[in-house]
Formats: sequence, C-alpha cells, structure tokens
Amino acid sequence: MDYIVKRTAFAIVTVFVAITLNFVLFRLLPGNAVSGLRCQHCTKQFRESIVKQYGLDKPKLQQYVIYVERLAHGDLGTSIADNRPVWDDIRTPLVNTLPMIVVGTVISIIIGIISGVVAAWRRGTAADSANLWTALAFYAMPTQWIALLVIFYIAIPLGLPASGIESNTLGILSTPSTWAVFSDRVSHLFLPALTLGVGLYGEYSLVVRSSMLETLGEDYVLTARAKGMRNWTIVWKHALRNAMLPLVTLIALSLGSIVAGAIVVEDVFSYPGIGLATIDAISKRDYPVLQGIFLILTMSVIVANYIADLVYFKLDPRVTE
Amino acid sequence: MSEVVQVAEAAPVAAASTTRRGFVRHVMLGQKVALVGAIVLLFFIVIAVIGPWIEPYSTTTQVGKVYAPPTGKHVLGLDDGGIDMLSEVIQGARVSMIVGFAGAAVAMLIGGGVGLLSGYFGGKTDIALMRITDYFLVIPDVPLMIVAAAVFGRSLVNVILIIGVIYWTSTARLIRAQVKSVRERVYVKRARALGGGHGRLLWKHITPQVAPLLVANTVLTIAIAVFAETYIAFLGLEDPSTISWGKLIQNSLTGGAIFHKAWWAIIPPGLCVTIVILAATMMGQAMEDALNPRLRVGHLSVRRFRLRPLRGRLDSE
Repeated sequence: MDYIVKRTAFAIVTVFVAITLNFVLFRLLPGNAVSGLRCQHCTKQFRESIVKQYGLDKPKLQQYVIYVERLAHGDLGTSIADNRPVWDDIRTPLVNTLPMIVVGTVISIIIGIISGVVAAWRRGTAADSANLWTALAFYAMPTQWIALLVIFYIAIPLGLPASGIESNTLGILSTPSTWAVFSDRVSHLFLPALTLGVGLYGEYSLVVRSSMLETLGEDYVLTARAKGMRNWTIVWKHALRNAMLPLVTLIALSLGSIVAGAIVVEDVFSYPGIGLATIDAISKRDYPVLQGIFLILTMSVIVANYIADLVYFKLDPRVTE
Repeated sequence: MSEVVQVAEAAPVAAASTTRRGFVRHVMLGQKVALVGAIVLLFFIVIAVIGPWIEPYSTTTQVGKVYAPPTGKHVLGLDDGGIDMLSEVIQGARVSMIVGFAGAAVAMLIGGGVGLLSGYFGGKTDIALMRITDYFLVIPDVPLMIVAAAVFGRSLVNVILIIGVIYWTSTARLIRAQVKSVRERVYVKRARALGGGHGRLLWKHITPQVAPLLVANTVLTIAIAVFAETYIAFLGLEDPSTISWGKLIQNSLTGGAIFHKAWWAIIPPGLCVTIVILAATMMGQAMEDALNPRLRVGHLSVRRFRLRPLRGRLDSE
C-alpha cells in the first residue's frame, strides 16, 4: 500500500515537473514565442493580439499561474499558424498514430518472443548467434533508415502503398464501402507499423532470450521434462509464462522509445500522425502546438511508467523500493 | 620446486590485470567483440580526424549529374546536388563522431559529477540529486530533444549540449551506486580519519576507483549520442549547412533518392551509423561487464546480454 502511495505521489509530481519544464523551456525563447513566427497572416496587430492572449506582457509567475489554470480546464492554447485550438489540431494525428503504434508494438513483441524463445532453446547453436547479431543490427539501425530501406526494397518492388494514410483515388467514383475504407487504411498502416516493429524488436528478443535461459534452468522445467512432456508444452506453458515478466514491464517502460520511433517513421511514410504534426509544427515555428504535443507525449509516458510500476507490484509484491 | 616457480610466474600476470592499462588489455584480449569494437571505433576516429585531407572532392561543388551511379571516379556515386557521396560520408563521419564523443563527454561530466556527489555525501544531497535524476529519467527524450533544439537554435554546440544534458541520468545512477560502496572501504575511512577534506577524498581516493566504470559507461553513451544526432538531423533541427550522417539520411529522403533508385545515397550513411553504434555497444558492454561485479555474476549465470535502449531512457540497472 505504502508503495502504491509513493508511486502515485511520484507520478503526480512528475506531471507537474513536466508542465513546469514545458512552461520554462518555451519562455527561454529569445524575444518571445511570437517574434519567431513565420506565417502569412502574422501582421503586427496579430502578434500583439497573441501577446495579449497569452499574457506574455505580464510577470512570469502570473503567466505560469494562468498557464496551469488553462491546462486544468483542458485548454492547451491556440495554434499560431492556423488560429485553431491546439487540441483540435493534434487530436486527429493522435487518433491516426494510435493504431500504428499498437500494431507496430504487437509486431515487435511477436518477433521478439518467437526469436528469443528459439534462440534460448537452441542456445549456443548457429541459430542462436544468427539471432543475436540480427537483433543487435536492428537495434543499432536508425529507425528512419530502416523506413527508407523498407520503402526501397519492399514497398516499391511489391507495389505496396508507402505514403499517406489512404489512397487518393478512394471514393472518387462512388462512396466506398466501410470494408474498402478499412482495408485501404490497413494497407497504408502495415509498412509503417512493420518498420516500427522491426526497429524495436531487437531489445525485446534479447530480453526474452536471457529470461528464457533463466527459467529453462529452473527446477519446475526439469520436473516437467522428467514427466515426459513435449518440448513445445514445456516452452510455451511452463517456461515462457515466467519469462514474460521482465518483458511486460520493459514494454510498458519503452513507450518513450516507441513514440520516438513513430515520429520518424511517420515522417518517412508521410503518415499523418503525431510525428508528422510535430515536424509540421517545427517548420512553422508553431510553438503552442509543439508545446501541446510535448505535453501530451510526456503525460502518456509518465502514465505508462506509473502503470508499469503498479503492474510490477501486482506481479511481484516483494518490491518495496 | 616447480610449483613455486609456476606461482612466481603467474603472479605478475594477475597483478598486471589489476592495474588500469593491464585491465583494458585484459578485457580487449579476453573478449574478441570488444577488440573488434575498439578497432572499428578507432578506424572511424582516424577517418574523422584526417577527413579533410582524404576527401576526394569538395562537398560544396557539383561534380557530375544528379544521382549519377557509382563509377571508378566516384566510388559511392553522386547525391541529389551532384556532389560526391564518398566525400560527404567522410565529412559526415567528422560531424557525427564529434557529436558522439562530445555529447557523451558532456553526459559523462554531468552524470559523473551528480553520481559522485550523490554517492559520496549521501543524506539530503543524495535524496535531492536522485529525485532530480528520477524526474529527468521519466521525461521522454526525443520530444524533449525536439523542444530544446527548436527553442535553443540549431548550432552544433547546442546539439552537443542538448544530447549531454538529456543522457546523463543512467551514468549518474551507476556511478552513485559504485561510489556508495567505495566510500565504505577501509582506506577511504582511514584517509577521512587522517583529516582528508571532502575535495581530496573525492578526487584522490574515490574518483580513480570509479573512473574505469565511468569510461566504460561513456563508451556506451557514445552509441546513444550518435543515434540521437541522426534524430536531430532528421527532424531538421541541425544547422542546415553541416553535413552529418543523420543529415545525409535525411537528404536521401528529401532529395528523392528512392525515386531515382539511388541506393548509393541511402545505404552508406545509415550503415556507418549502425556500425559505429554496434562497435561502441560491444566495447562499452564488455568493459562494463568486466568492471561491475554484479553484472558479471548475471553474465556468467545466464549468459545474459543486456542492451541499453538507444531511444527512450530506460534505466539499465
């Protein structure tokens, strides 16, 4: 109980640290967030109205109070580039990114578990070292580079869609059926998700391998073997279950790296998700949007860490620190 | 008699491996991957240093057709501006290695400093510093990097500082744990009893003990810094005029290398990044395993191979 209280307090404080960091970083801009703006309708009056709206002419502490109050009401501010609420600007990209991230993570987990289990079962063989070096190589490759290779060597030769979230031609002649829209989306989502999965699986594979080696040496595995159980049953029913524990927390904790991978993958595939929105905001110097994205991503990672802490506690109540 | 001779012969070898130079040799020869990693890193360092003298062409002038394929004259072909790719990859090595080493050095100074102070003084200093480390650890690295690079501007020095300021946390934790155990050793206690000041104890007695581990950890951070550089360059947050491996990868996307089927513009920069990261990981990990007894036990019992994530900042402990 004490542990849960401690972790909850830590998560709440971290959220405030993130909010404050978000506030401070953007106030460190030379001049203010308005002078660096690049847009067509950025006249002098417009700039002044922005300064008023954000209270940039008030003392810093007061600005901070206003900022936190607005956040508490779910107000992330207004985009400077298109003058819409930031939340409206980033909601659609977030919704687009989510399935891509989920499918990518599932792909990485599946590849990671299968390759890790095979490597552990055949330890010391050529298959084991081949897996080790493949996993290491994918671990070391920049994700955006994997994405380029996937487009160059898979998408183009096979004629798979490698850009955007749906075909331009969809729905031009007639209203497409739900199924047509769905399959079109899936075909556009597959390669970015595969890239993300391949870029992430290396770490998972090696973790599964080492924790499988650990459990395969346990007494209950020996007992199962003595009972004459099939290898397959021993691996999947006995060893893997316990070997999964480190992987569960690793996945929850690696949300930060999943997000990082997604940002560049989306850029290469022109997939209209949060990564593309980030790059768009960078090029337009749209700081309120950038600030909103940073806050949303940070919050998700903090929440995921918090959940990982609780899951870990549930799985292994011995942890107190 | 012969036994005594054998012991006498064996002793200097054992003693040699406890001195620092002996130790590095011991690790490098004991684990071939570490040796290979060191050689590869050294190769790229040499390339980076002598780069300007071995670049066959200028990286600012067009020498042929856009995306001309590799020929005897241009081994890696030309890029979207008709510039020699080999020259660009060599110059990219320079920038990427500078960012990698300097970024890792900044992280080493901050992380090492925080770890030393936190582990040595303990108590409130420790709690305060470790809290800060915890918060830093939770905030995702890439969004933070993007925001910081967007806010502070795009010079190379800024990129180095940002990388250093973001990736010091796991170093701090590792060093802190090590310092805590060193602090309790008899010779440190004796030096304290003899009236040695904090500065002297830290610098003369504790730092030398944790220095090898700090170096091993920094080698691992080089991999992370090189990786981070590709992110920063790819997101267009680097000085547009610098040529780094990350920038070359980005160029191949924005310049339409895929459309021109110019594999020679896509593959080399990414391959260099991958090789350097693998080399630094191999070397750093072998050194860390040899230095950290706790890791060594884990290593022997399950032949465990750990990876420190390159993106995100999962704690390695």
